[in-house]
Amino acid sequence: MSEENKTIENVTNSEYKWGFVTEIEEDAFPKGLSEDIIRKISEVKQEPKWLLEWRLKAYRHWLTLEEPTWAKVKYESPDFQDIRYFSAPKQKPKLNSLDEVDPELLATFEKLGIPLEEQKLLANVAVDAVFDSVSVATTFKETLKEKGVIFSSISEAVREHPDLVKKYLGSVVPYTDNFYAALNAAVFSDGSFVYIPKGVRCPMELSTYFRINAAETGQFERTLIVADEGGYVSYLEGCTAPQRDENQLHAAVVELIAMDNAEIKYSTVQNWYPGDKDGKGGIYNFVTKRGLCETNAKISWTQVETGSAVTWKYPSCVLKGDNSIGEFYSIAVTNNYQQADTGTKMIHIGKNTRSTIVSKGISAGFSDNSYRGLVKVHKSAEGARNFSQCDSMLMGDKCGAHTFPYIEVDNNTSTVEHEATTSKVSEDQIFYLNQRGIPTEDAVNMIVNGFCKEVFRVLPMEFAVEAQKLLEISLEGSVG
Amino acid sequence: MITIKNLHAKVAGNEILKGLNLQVNAGEVHAIMGPNGSGKSTLANVLAGNEAYEVTEGEVIFNGKNLLELAPEERACEGIFLAFQYPVEIPGVTNSTFLKTAIDSIRKYRNEPEISAKEFLALIREKAALLDMDNKLISRAVNEGFSGGEKKRNEILQLLMLNPKLAILDETDSGLDIDALKIVSKGVNYFRSPENATIVVTHYQRLLDYIVPDFVHVLYKGRIIKSGGKELALELEEKGYDWLKTDEVEAV
Repeated sequence: MSEENKTIENVTNSEYKWGFVTEIEEDAFPKGLSEDIIRKISEVKQEPKWLLEWRLKAYRHWLTLEEPTWAKVKYESPDFQDIRYFSAPKQKPKLNSLDEVDPELLATFEKLGIPLEEQKLLANVAVDAVFDSVSVATTFKETLKEKGVIFSSISEAVREHPDLVKKYLGSVVPYTDNFYAALNAAVFSDGSFVYIPKGVRCPMELSTYFRINAAETGQFERTLIVADEGGYVSYLEGCTAPQRDENQLHAAVVELIAMDNAEIKYSTVQNWYPGDKDGKGGIYNFVTKRGLCETNAKISWTQVETGSAVTWKYPSCVLKGDNSIGEFYSIAVTNNYQQADTGTKMIHIGKNTRSTIVSKGISAGFSDNSYRGLVKVHKSAEGARNFSQCDSMLMGDKCGAHTFPYIEVDNNTSTVEHEATTSKVSEDQIFYLNQRGIPTEDAVNMIVNGFCKEVFRVLPMEFAVEAQKLLEISLEGSVG
Repeated sequence: MITIKNLHAKVAGNEILKGLNLQVNAGEVHAIMGPNGSGKSTLANVLAGNEAYEVTEGEVIFNGKNLLELAPEERACEGIFLAFQYPVEIPGVTNSTFLKTAIDSIRKYRNEPEISAKEFLALIREKAALLDMDNKLISRAVNEGFSGGEKKRNEILQLLMLNPKLAILDETDSGLDIDALKIVSKGVNYFRSPENATIVVTHYQRLLDYIVPDFVHVLYKGRIIKSGGKELALELEEKGYDWLKTDEVEAV
């Protein structure tokens, strides 16, 4: 593998700063997908029988499905037999503390700006780091335990808290949901698990960092967050990958369950490798994220999407309980040949349910950026309210911005509002800022930041800073 | 401070400035007057470096530097300030963020350290008070939802904050009622000093009652056809521009 890595390192692209590869020994399965491979994954992870059965059912169902083609994205369909479904850094069978983690791995996360060593964690953030297929380390576990909060890799949760996992796994996103959700259910390798007990406010932000390192490997993580009655948690997710010529597949599933009066805030900064300037390489990001709100519960999705060659992602809220609230705040930036088809679904079932959608799409270069969103108000959802605002900003004249809002209302006591704007970064604005001494790059950043302000405002502090920096890097050289 | 020689400029293929000459020294206020379409705004935009305007001939020397070779932001950092006739809106960017970034960009160009938040805040409060500006306007997005008068006042606030060497006011009086006009003029007069200069581009004499110029020039068909003292403005107010047009025809 190391030779291959060297070739890849030669194809460097200075603008993606996380494109390095870690030289680490990996345990990897042969390429391809079959029941045998699934059995092997399950065996390596020492899973209970019910989980293996579930995986196999998902796989058999997946075989009957067709890849979805309705999104406004064009790409060469992945060869599912040419993907490695499991790859893990070689390590001792069980880790008791971070001291036992391969220093090379720790260095990698350090390089990404994620210090795993607990004493270095000045910020009050607990981190779970997923490297290729497995979770490497979860910090602050003890502190969380005092409050009864469970924060671990999902593999560990399967072993330690099988009842909880069995109860909720697939309850919001069943394996029958869609093509990629079925694939994920069959082969998911790791991910994070969070359980917030009744009435507990999680004392710190929880964070997972996903890193694809190995070549020809797909990443299929699965995240499950359960906030019991009256619980609260803010969860952050970040991701990067090395630069590679080939496209790599990332098909994750995230399930959120907010019980009565609970609140979950889920923030993502997605920065998978977007491919080079000519559109070569990059991650295919096909993700299913959905949350279920019981009575008076609230789920907020906030995402800053700057990476990936192709993104297909619709974090959704099922507002089942009365008075429950769903929110979706999104910034999606596409440059060069990136394509993004992203948005949300707000399903109003309970009475007086409310949802807010604020989507900011920025397209530059030759990219295509689509907002696709569904607001569905069921007959039972009396007094439901939705407000949607979709703004697109274009840079240059070779890119595209599209809005596909779907509104289905079966209840005449509900209110649904939709506002959409499309703007261009105008020469007049840039000249105005130039005339006050501000160079063009800074001027563009300023205009873009202003455009995204409503979303930055809802991001957790440390993420907002990272997100602004990312936006600057993603749009470097796109105007001028 | 600035010497303009034989300046020719085009916009959208039409030659608007046709050999303009002007010399402005430190401590002076020059008024440029003239009928619609004479090239007043073109002159203001060309000096600021708006790329929509193409300079075809002539030279502009600003404090010993060839101004026409500099990018708009470099001109700003060298000390040229244009108060826009139609200030644009920058949604989502607060006035204070914008102004602090501007000040820091200029300071960086001059190898000076950034302004501290405390110093900046004190400065902007002082200047806003001078212009009777509500502090709320400082934390609002740049010009977004501002009335015409508020936008013009905001331009003068920027002038006072950036304290340039040469201020060019492009029709700053247009759309202002008399009270706003007085406040804007107060700001400009406060700015005036022996070290800086001001070019006031205007249509009407009215503004010059409050900002009293040292020189008045009449711009017509892309050239200055008459220069004089502040009394020339009064004469124009009385007689209009027609008598000058005849003069010019006679001169030709």
